[in-house]
Amino acid sequence: MTWGEAVVAARDLARDYQFGEERVHALRGVTFEIGEGEYVAIVGPSGCGKSTLLNLIGAIDKPTSGHVEIRGQAADRMSDRDATAFRLTNVGFVFQRFYLLPTLTARENVELPMAEAGMKAADRAQRARELLAYVGLAHRERHRPSQLSGGEQQRVAIARALSNNPALLLADEPTGELDARTGAEIISLFGKLNADGTTIVVVTHDEELASSAGRKIHMRDGVIVDP
Amino acid sequence: MILRLAWSSLRRHSTRTLLAMLGVAVATAMLLDMVMMSSGLRESFRELLLSRGFQLRLAPRGTLPFDTDATIENASGIIARLRTNPDVGTISPVLGATIHVPVNGRVVTSSSLGVDPRVQGDYELLSGKDPMAADEIVVNDDFIRETGAKVGDTIEVSTGYNPQLRTYSGTRRLVITGRARFIYGASNQLATAMQISTLQEMGGQSRRDDASLFMIKVRDDARVESVREWAEREIPDVSALSIETALAQVDQRLSYFRQLALILGTVSLFVGFLLVTTLVTVSVNERVGEITVMRALGVSRAHVVQQIVIEGVAITLAGAIAGLGLGLITARYLNAILADFPGLPVAIDFFLFQPRAAWTALGLLTLSGIAAGIYPSFRAASLPIATTLREEAIA
Repeated sequence: MTWGEAVVAARDLARDYQFGEERVHALRGVTFEIGEGEYVAIVGPSGCGKSTLLNLIGAIDKPTSGHVEIRGQAADRMSDRDATAFRLTNVGFVFQRFYLLPTLTARENVELPMAEAGMKAADRAQRARELLAYVGLAHRERHRPSQLSGGEQQRVAIARALSNNPALLLADEPTGELDARTGAEIISLFGKLNADGTTIVVVTHDEELASSAGRKIHMRDGVIVDP
Repeated sequence: MILRLAWSSLRRHSTRTLLAMLGVAVATAMLLDMVMMSSGLRESFRELLLSRGFQLRLAPRGTLPFDTDATIENASGIIARLRTNPDVGTISPVLGATIHVPVNGRVVTSSSLGVDPRVQGDYELLSGKDPMAADEIVVNDDFIRETGAKVGDTIEVSTGYNPQLRTYSGTRRLVITGRARFIYGASNQLATAMQISTLQEMGGQSRRDDASLFMIKVRDDARVESVREWAEREIPDVSALSIETALAQVDQRLSYFRQLALILGTVSLFVGFLLVTTLVTVSVNERVGEITVMRALGVSRAHVVQQIVIEGVAITLAGAIAGLGLGLITARYLNAILADFPGLPVAIDFFLFQPRAAWTALGLLTLSGIAAGIYPSFRAASLPIATTLREEAIA
């Protein structure tokens, strides 16, 4: 795979944070590529820069130096407005804490990115139903997050992440808040998604989840290391 | 979807939202009342002056109508002079006096107007008939209540009391021919009206041709201001007041009320603004995580701002609409209290509802609602996504 053809291509990525007088180097020059249809797990100890890397390749943060391209577009040079529009249609996010909007039903949560993208109400309702059926929650579309279990909430969050058919699905510790059995359901769902062609990058401490990925990127102290 | 999100956010803490709306309603009611008071008193006075169609009033030089006991001499000569101007239509001379009526061993004192019943503009007849003969009088309900007299009764009326000699300049027996409501009468004021010639004669030789006031209707195609200027120039004994000049005098005298209304209105608007800003800010602070996730999912900054501003405007508008009703109720109540304000005609409304006042209050509040939502919404929409998510995760 060559530079520019990958779904994600990162080169010499560095990200520093300033905490008062102290400058923390969260990433210290990371280079890698992720191809179309890959399922990649980023693993490593806490504080090694996994989530920072995920934020950069999801265009919700900018590197201090280096470059990151997503589908050939330079995410590090996008304005806030462009990055927002880019995330809407190219990147799907799944968070450890689900972060569903508590006042909306499961279906409305899934519809939210589609509404933002300007899809007609009837079309997005139809697609939201299909996605909820895909994650096994067709019968829960009218339920609010408080009426769903943790695993169900995470599946709704995955359906939401897929709503605008993104090129890339990013998940930050998606099983971190779930028990083993529910976590296994999510791992299985990620496998199914990847089998259906979705490019997935997960950040995780969960060995089982990491093992289900096709490739692991090991990190330590802000750099990629050999396992 | 933005509306749906805004609505669901407001419903999430329905009690808090309701309390904020009530707070805005109270501020709105006060604002509306102040706006109504600042312009209502003037408009009410204007309507009162115009109620009988007289656009011009001639009072003794340097005074306002019935502001003093001063009278204008040679009333018939002035009427004749006024008739020489083709722009002058109806002329209604009025003489004011205090009358005394003995009732069961005591004396009831009342104000009385001498008028020309054919063209008078001082009272509305409620029942009976005008005092078309020299020995007739119409009275108001306060007079009837105080004296126990009724239409058809004959009463002894005296005027021109001399406290040193304890005598009256004139006394007549007059028949009550009707009940009337006196347009410029103050609350609980006893009032009567008879022919001006009767009151002039009762006033003695010195008042035989006096008037306190001339009310004039100008012909339709004439300019009131031209006639006013002509009267001031041609009749040196009088001050001529058009509605506008009278209102200017009123403005001067009532500037205290207007300033008070302006200050209290501004305070209530500011209180409403602070209330909504506080509520929306608290609400946004509680939803920082959700808002950041929406931004991460691709919801634009503009849409986040819109949603939060809509929340502010919705609280403000709902509160404002309730407040308009509340304001009208309190205005009516306050009006009833202030109707007893000494020296002002009972027909004057301190709080006159005008659609423009309601629109002004609503417009100001909507603007304050938008302003109230702008700060918290920009703050929320400008949060750094990655940092905020990390802080939320740690929290």
